[in-house]
Amino acid sequence: MAGLPDRAAIEVVYRGEAGRVLATLIRLVGDFELAEEAAQEAFAAALERWPVVGIPQNPRAWLVNSGRHKAIDRLRRNIALRTKLKALGIEAALEADTGTESDAEEIADDRLRLIFTCCHPALSMEARVALTLKVVCGLETAAVGRVFLVAEETMAQRLVRAKAKIRDAGIPYEVPGREHLAERLTDVLAVVYLVFTEGYAPSRGDVPIRSEFCAEAIRLGRLLLELLPGEGEVEGLLALMLLHGARLAGRADAAGELLLLEEQDRCRWDRDSIEEGRTLVRRALSHALPGPYAVQSAIAALHAEAPSFAATDWAQIAGLYQVLLHLQPSAVVELNAAAALSMVEGPGRGLDLIDALSARGVLKDYYLLPAARADLLTRLGRTAEARSAYDEAIALAHSAPERRLLERRRRGLSG
Amino acid sequence: MQYLLMIYGDESAMANATPENRQVMTEAYATFTKGIVQSGHFKGGERLHPTKAATTVRVRDGKTMLIDGPFAETREQLAGYYVIDARNLDEATAIAASVPGAKTGSIEVRPISEMQPEELVRYGRAS
Repeated sequence: MAGLPDRAAIEVVYRGEAGRVLATLIRLVGDFELAEEAAQEAFAAALERWPVVGIPQNPRAWLVNSGRHKAIDRLRRNIALRTKLKALGIEAALEADTGTESDAEEIADDRLRLIFTCCHPALSMEARVALTLKVVCGLETAAVGRVFLVAEETMAQRLVRAKAKIRDAGIPYEVPGREHLAERLTDVLAVVYLVFTEGYAPSRGDVPIRSEFCAEAIRLGRLLLELLPGEGEVEGLLALMLLHGARLAGRADAAGELLLLEEQDRCRWDRDSIEEGRTLVRRALSHALPGPYAVQSAIAALHAEAPSFAATDWAQIAGLYQVLLHLQPSAVVELNAAAALSMVEGPGRGLDLIDALSARGVLKDYYLLPAARADLLTRLGRTAEARSAYDEAIALAHSAPERRLLERRRRGLSG
Repeated sequence: MQYLLMIYGDESAMANATPENRQVMTEAYATFTKGIVQSGHFKGGERLHPTKAATTVRVRDGKTMLIDGPFAETREQLAGYYVIDARNLDEATAIAASVPGAKTGSIEVRPISEMQPEELVRYGRAS
């Protein structure tokens, strides 16, 4: 070994292992809170021991083992307070589990279990996102709070509450069986995509993009694909995020104002991400029944590949939206399908479809509906109507950058 | 005749109670339970976890929907109950989804806060 490690070196090792160590400790001790405390104490022990004895050959096993002992100590100290038999059961199991050299597969399973638990449908969507960022991604509580624009203390309380629900309601710590896997995986992917969307188009605040959340979501997507190789929808979602993420640098101008797709400088798009995304799209589409993320990623690939807005393969995009509509019928997809079709069959056709949507009374509070109408009305030269559609969209837009983009478009109307 | 006694109360007041007050409350329930056990009125009863541990199950168009929390609508009234033993929440919600009423109403799945053997003795439910 080349010398003894300093604090920084130990921190690097710990950060690399923390997620896996915590996932395994949660399985072993059966309690989030206790496992988190044990992991922290194991890290503290590493900071104390490793500068003396060096970094162990298998730091993960060392940390898990140390955390396990810390958990036993804590259980013993708390034994009077905790539900006694349960604690004794855990303690006995912990003592019996000498398999600290758990094989790689078991540890990989631990991370997957953890993801499925954090994204369990019996938790509120906000709790799922918060827990995933905190426990799976290892974000600090304050950073998780920033997603929802709440103070660290508020976020900490919500996390405690979510963990209490897992414990008290008996949410299992396991990968769902075959018959529920697809459905539950959809829930997990929705959480990951929500984290991405919160970075790509923040629903709160005054910043146009928050690329750190996009990066975190992509990291989660990669982890999921590593844990569930060959799963088509995971490939599709990762491809979708890479392809959208590739365009982040072009999404806002130097002043931080949002740009429309047709205004973006395509030279600023990240070619490497686009290439990686395209490869994954091909894999995602090669499965017998491509799912909604695979189809969305194919649409994103067509946008990313297009040399310009005008030279985009709109016919194929419009066709793919029809496929998506069939797989995942929703008013939002209908709106997107109408916008795409307007590029093939003209703005009049798009407007008819959108007006039919409005007539059904759906998407009443969705600013992108009047925004899309405003665009089509502009293209049809119906400026006065376009102006009032922009007014509607501006009133409904929830983030300041989106509102400013619409105001800019409204000002640009001639006549 | 059998009757169901449903105990409603302010959860936050209970959660924020001082240890002494909680002790008093626990004692009162132990005494009460012991009394109705001895008088032969007791048929069953459990302490529930607070509503934040609840999950509401509904089945619509053949699809099971889970909602975090107690979510019975005001136009829905309590019509019956089951006490089940399940391996975990997944099994419990799967059973809840097959209750016929799940298709038209809501099934709130609330974990029971299990009593330890010595508590059962204190409540007069075991000796």
